[in-house]
Amino acid sequence: MKIGVLALQGAVAEHMRSLEAAGAEAVAVKRMEQLDELDGLVIPGGESTTIGKLIRKYNFLDAIQSFSKQGKPLFGTCAGLILLADRIEGQEDAHLRLMDMIVARNAFGRQRESFETDLDVKGIEEPVRAVFIRAPLIKEVGKNVDVLSTYKGEIVTARQGHLLASSYHPELTDDFRLHAYFVDMVKEAAASR
Amino acid sequence: METGTSRVKRGMAEMQKGGVIMDVMNAEQAKIAEAAGATAVMALERVPSDIRAAGGVARMADPTVTEEVMKVVSIPVMAKARIGHIVEARVLEAMGVDYIDESEVLTPADEVFHISKNEFTVPFVCGAKDLGEALRRIQEGAAMLRTKGEPGTGNIVEAVRHLRLINGQIRKVQALSKDELYNEAKVLGVPYELLLNVHESGKLPVVNFAAGGVATPSDAALMMELGADGVFVGSGIFKSDNPEKFARAIVEATTHYQDYKLIAEVSKNLGAPMKGIEISKLEASQRMQDRGI
Repeated sequence: MKIGVLALQGAVAEHMRSLEAAGAEAVAVKRMEQLDELDGLVIPGGESTTIGKLIRKYNFLDAIQSFSKQGKPLFGTCAGLILLADRIEGQEDAHLRLMDMIVARNAFGRQRESFETDLDVKGIEEPVRAVFIRAPLIKEVGKNVDVLSTYKGEIVTARQGHLLASSYHPELTDDFRLHAYFVDMVKEAAASR
Repeated sequence: METGTSRVKRGMAEMQKGGVIMDVMNAEQAKIAEAAGATAVMALERVPSDIRAAGGVARMADPTVTEEVMKVVSIPVMAKARIGHIVEARVLEAMGVDYIDESEVLTPADEVFHISKNEFTVPFVCGAKDLGEALRRIQEGAAMLRTKGEPGTGNIVEAVRHLRLINGQIRKVQALSKDELYNEAKVLGVPYELLLNVHESGKLPVVNFAAGGVATPSDAALMMELGADGVFVGSGIFKSDNPEKFARAIVEATTHYQDYKLIAEVSKNLGAPMKGIEISKLEASQRMQDRGI
């Protein structure tokens, strides 16, 4: 399985390391032409405003949307989750608008409120160590979205068919199970294509 | 649930990678920086070139400036405290600043001791011009590093020197035998455990940005080429003829630092960059990089 990591800005190397550890071949994606050869794509953590601007500048918006239309899986972490969302609280516009959910940016506050904690995730046996950095939250989801985990009653991991999103950064730990979960999604999608 | 862990502090810097952090002096500049794609802003009363020109003692900015910037942007806001000035740092932390730069750009408050940064919840970035300084700052709790360069000069030569030196020293440390490492720790004045970590991993345990002299898109791309994780631009943007264009061009050149056609394209008709200073013309007392070793 060949999985790309959108490499416009953010924690690219960490995702590539985690994907490789989960058994996939990882590719840093800087140009939209690279999407053709990929089976799945990770949109990493970083600054969503920066990545959002660069996505538009380099014509990734349509390219990623048609990538998704082909049923190829996407996984967004933190900023990546914001980029996947259909709506962003307090903003007129959103980015890729692929997942039926409303998200809130910087939902826990500023950096001093950033934290790590153990988190139960549906489909993964033992809790994962979740690192939340100026993290967003999922405030509402549509009926096609499956909630995989909550923290203090708020949604922090969700899946809608071939789309996966987390508020936190699994790429900052040595626990590769969420990446393995995504690699399985990519394998299933490739098999049914 | 734990806040202020090393992973949370260092992770915040990981999220800045491949990005440009811009110095801003007011809300309007902060908005320009955010719109241009900055990953964070550094709120200041004066940019380094103005600090240089003004002389006297440079201190933490008036909290009104920092708060005004925090109000108008949604990206992280950093601010500078003087080296060793524990109270300026605590004040910035209390205000909710996202990252503190314990910076040689300001006049040091302590000529011997840096702040014990491990005791803070807010993460710190510090400058370094060699591996010894880099590892000493990490030992004190810095969660991010940057080259010192020579701030406010618009001259990239010192940042290049510092990044090349640090990366060369890392390669040398990698090649040492275990018994040689003990002596190298003594020579560099750093803890053995940290040096062993560099020996085994071949890299610093925290993100290292370029800073101090970046004035053009090509300067930013050069630092990325040399292995910087991202770029701080101080005076380079708001002391140029056209800050908006410079800011956007530097962001693009940082993302696509090996796409030379693109860098040529974004470098066209930018107007004049900030006026630079030849390093040999600086008096010893004006060299900010010699502060806080």
